[in-house]
Amino acid sequence: MHRIRPLDHLILILGCLFMLAPVAVAIMTSTHSAADIHVNGLSLAPGGHAIETYATVLSKRGGFTGEVTGATMAMNSLILGLGFAIGKIALSMLAAYALVYFRFRFATAMFWVIFTTLLLPLEVRIMPSYQVMSDLRLLNSYTGLILPLLASATGTFYFRQFFKSVPDELLEAARIDGAGPVKFFFDILLPLSKTMMAAIFIIMFVYGWNQYLWPMLMTTEERFFTLMRGIKQILQVWVGSQIPDYNQAFALAVLALLPPVIVVVVFQRWFIKGLTESDK
Amino acid sequence: MTDLSTPLAAKARPFARLRAALTAQPEPAKRVQFDRPLLPWLFLLPQLLVIFVFFYWPSVQAISSSFYLEDPFGFGATFVGIDNYTDALGSAEYLNIAAFTAFFTAVVTAASLGLGLLLAVKADAVIQGRGPYRTALISVYAIAPPVAGLIGMMLFDQHIGPFVKLAAMLGWDMKVGIDYWDTAFAMILVSVWKQVPYNFIFFLSGLQAVPASVREAAIIDCRNGWRRFRTVTLPLLAPTAFFLLIINITYALFDTFAVIDVMVKDKPANNPITLVYKVYNDGFRGNDIGGSSAQSVILMLVVLVLTLAQFRWLERRVHYG
Repeated sequence: MHRIRPLDHLILILGCLFMLAPVAVAIMTSTHSAADIHVNGLSLAPGGHAIETYATVLSKRGGFTGEVTGATMAMNSLILGLGFAIGKIALSMLAAYALVYFRFRFATAMFWVIFTTLLLPLEVRIMPSYQVMSDLRLLNSYTGLILPLLASATGTFYFRQFFKSVPDELLEAARIDGAGPVKFFFDILLPLSKTMMAAIFIIMFVYGWNQYLWPMLMTTEERFFTLMRGIKQILQVWVGSQIPDYNQAFALAVLALLPPVIVVVVFQRWFIKGLTESDK
Repeated sequence: MTDLSTPLAAKARPFARLRAALTAQPEPAKRVQFDRPLLPWLFLLPQLLVIFVFFYWPSVQAISSSFYLEDPFGFGATFVGIDNYTDALGSAEYLNIAAFTAFFTAVVTAASLGLGLLLAVKADAVIQGRGPYRTALISVYAIAPPVAGLIGMMLFDQHIGPFVKLAAMLGWDMKVGIDYWDTAFAMILVSVWKQVPYNFIFFLSGLQAVPASVREAAIIDCRNGWRRFRTVTLPLLAPTAFFLLIINITYALFDTFAVIDVMVKDKPANNPITLVYKVYNDGFRGNDIGGSSAQSVILMLVVLVLTLAQFRWLERRVHYG
């Protein structure tokens, strides 16, 4: 009863064009020279300057202090993405384990204390968060970049839901066999959670890598700049220049977008599962 | 990427659960649990420390400093009661920005939900090429808002932007970054582009959760495709749609900050900005800590209202099963 329906395909193809054409333009244009782009505009065909443009962006020392290169910024983005994802998984798995598998006083109160953080995004408390970081002397440090982003319960929520779906019989059997809480966690729960951990890792890595506002406030020293911060920088430098470095800006954008896009596309099954099933 | 990382995914739905947990008798998550007095606290400690230092402390500070007028040079603060609130809510500038924020949020939410739904319904209907379409449509999810903003800037650039040339052919002298509504148009387009994949993912997984028996029954009962969509598919998707509505509003209010910041390039003077951008601008550029905090608290209240809406939806959801 299924037929090929041309209209459906047409709409989908238009949708894909709408989504992907800007990305394709960014990638292709980044391989042309700045003067070429200035004269001919954006391009959908590859140009001949890819290697030199990317080499320049990755290695040229830019900014005001001449301390930062594209490679440094990519490294900082990677540190932020990985540090955030790993930190989030570690903190939230432990907390969710305590909330689901233990009977203790104030468990309900702790549940509320933790889940209230879902109410307010970081953006509405940036000023005081900045002051706290400044009081703690954590400005311009990786700790300051990563820790405050961990102050939300998203991961804990995901893991709590997942742990609740693990059959109770496993714990009963483990206890009959004499396994304590630590052994149960490492030998049974952790192996069971692998898919969930992978899914959350992907979501959190993309989230950490893509952070903009917080790194922008936290890092005034250029050696801590991430790629997202670099994008703001490159646009500020433009004001007043004759021929803006369109090619370098595009190259920087491509560097900033490729890693998360590749991660999401390659692991899309886990990623979609993690995103949509955690709220069941 | 809300924090429901999107960040958002977790942002709204948990509240419904929270409420369920609240209204129900507190029942243990598991029939069998460990009984150790100290171990759970040890496991909770790292999370609690981070939350107290980086969530509760700043949130309390935001509320308290919203009642003070702070000396920009750090020499003390004067208690001014609700002056910061009345100043904000009484200023024409603030109200203009609030109106633009409402407009921006409404348009971005409606357009990205609509496009996401349309593409999900079509991707669900086709058999050939479903995988490639899905991959192509979700990949943009991973692109950061500032990168989206940068690409948008280029597409709307005065010298090289194809959209500007296209508009010129239609007789529209488009000046993004200079003309208020042209900039607004570009900001909305980029924000929608960035959010469509997220809605697409959720609508598609909602559609694929509809059992085959229901689909077949609907096809037999109702031959008109549009009517079938309206009377069967849409009600089944209503819970997903409502969840996404809240997420999209939160996205348009907060996560578009980077798009706006990149596109107005520190020159908010004649350009449209949203309330979050004003919080940032007044606090970090204007050094008006009290005023910025008061605006933060107002935004917190908006988020709370959205959360309450989410609670109400929980009851309605029961009807849909």
